[in-house]
Amino acid sequence: MRRFGPFHMAALAAGLAFLYLPILILVVYSFNASRLVTVWGGFSTRWYGALLQNQQLLDAAWLSLKVAFGSATVATVLALLAAVALVRYGRFRGRTLFAGMIGAPLIMPEVVTGLSLLLLFVAIGLDRGFWTVTLAHITLTMCFATVVIQSRLVAFDRSLEEAAQDLGAPPWKAFLTVTLPILTPAVAAAWMLAFTLSLDDLVIASFTTGPSATTLPMRLYSAVRLGVTPEINAASTLLIAFVAIVVVGTSLIAKRDLLRSR
Amino acid sequence: MTTPPDPDPGRSLRLGRRIVLAVPFLWLLALFLTPFLIVARMSLSDTARALPPYAPHWEGFGRLGEFLAALDLENYALLASDTLYLAAYLSSVRLAAISTILALVVAFPLAYAMARAPRRWQPALLVAVILPFWTSFLIRIYAWIGILRPEGFLDVVVQALGLADAPLGLLNTDAAVVLGMVYSYLPFMVLPIYAALERIDRSLLEAAADLGSPPWKSFWTVTVPLAAPGIVAGCLLVFIPAIGEFVIPDLLGGPDTLMIGKVLWTEFFSNRDWPLSSAVAIVLLAVLLLPLLVFQRALRRGEGAR
Repeated sequence: MRRFGPFHMAALAAGLAFLYLPILILVVYSFNASRLVTVWGGFSTRWYGALLQNQQLLDAAWLSLKVAFGSATVATVLALLAAVALVRYGRFRGRTLFAGMIGAPLIMPEVVTGLSLLLLFVAIGLDRGFWTVTLAHITLTMCFATVVIQSRLVAFDRSLEEAAQDLGAPPWKAFLTVTLPILTPAVAAAWMLAFTLSLDDLVIASFTTGPSATTLPMRLYSAVRLGVTPEINAASTLLIAFVAIVVVGTSLIAKRDLLRSR
Repeated sequence: MTTPPDPDPGRSLRLGRRIVLAVPFLWLLALFLTPFLIVARMSLSDTARALPPYAPHWEGFGRLGEFLAALDLENYALLASDTLYLAAYLSSVRLAAISTILALVVAFPLAYAMARAPRRWQPALLVAVILPFWTSFLIRIYAWIGILRPEGFLDVVVQALGLADAPLGLLNTDAAVVLGMVYSYLPFMVLPIYAALERIDRSLLEAAADLGSPPWKSFWTVTVPLAAPGIVAGCLLVFIPAIGEFVIPDLLGGPDTLMIGKVLWTEFFSNRDWPLSSAVAIVLLAVLLLPLLVFQRALRRGEGAR
């Protein structure tokens, strides 16, 4: 049987080129000295300097980081509880409704989720801003985080936890000292997914925020609508670099853990 | 003296279980189900180009009858009578379908090559496909604006190669929207297909070859049917978010690009018509449920066949 041949190599190269060329072009032009985006005017980091002067953008980035950090943390805790209930509790009353409410936000268009949450916040008279965006992001990201933790918990070997309980540990203690440490990679992955989803969200934040809180994607969106500028390229490059370092770093750590456990 | 045994050791356990379930359950009831019901109720309210409250007003259970009687379907009637909305729904489905098919065409060779690649490459290849998904959606769309716009990167390259003299004018067209959706959702298509292909037992293909089947024939009669669940899952993962997409048609599409997510956004933010946007949202969900039900039936039939 034919193994990995030139056809496969070409398919890999073409697919990866399609995925990465647009990002690469954007990164290269962020170092362009010229303000004209397509004319190469020599290498320069001036746009990164300009970025540091852009207080509006920095404020938005700080706000987005705060929202993402807070919502990812709460969402991960809720997701852990939800995953335990779904995997361990068998058929409880309301299970179909519960599973449905976990699954529905995953396929619900963002415009619908955003609109519905906004109508709720208006109905109960909550001032829109940092807190409403955070609440909205917790609700959305906890569903994604639940799926991640749930898939790991299903495959979990319960005999370890039972052994701890046989040795006299109460269930909650067995869970905290035995199960949770083993689940850590899944919980960390769930937190990271929640964090990036929140950091990236434009639509739901636009619906649920007020005039006092503008997130980074909202700032970038209004800048992008006005046209392509090297400054947005620089901001984008920093974000891409941040995500790339975190994702590659995490996968390297996961690989090292896997090797060690063998 | 020993301490008396706990009369009901299961009690604290049951309480703990209740709390574990109740916290996420109540959260979703309050922040997912309630908002959804508010949207449904709002879609039945009177259209008004202003801020709430909307008629009819809730005046307690004593006047429930009057409240219910005042709700009506006028927003839905408007959606049905104005061809703009119907055109937007159809156009969303069309663009999402074209994007799904193109994404499948692009993703399948990539997933196939990944599954055939040497084992030690596969983790790195997986990260390489997932990485763009983690980077900001907005930034990836923005990257295409820089490439497609007049005098953008693509025009410069094409003109330097002498392939065209005039700008291609791709930005702000439906083609750019499709390209943006294929690009953004490609990882969703690659990953399930890769997972399905990677599980295929190679000995099945060897058996087919031993029985005289040429490789192209084994591909269609063995590989593709076994990869079908991955293909279907990938298509749904692209098609469903594509229908309700807002950012891509807004940034890459033109003024006549009609997509329902964009219509909802405009009704809400520009026209400030909340009841009508709610009706658009409800119909959008109904449109989304259809492919899911079809998928579930296909899944059940597949399980029954086994």
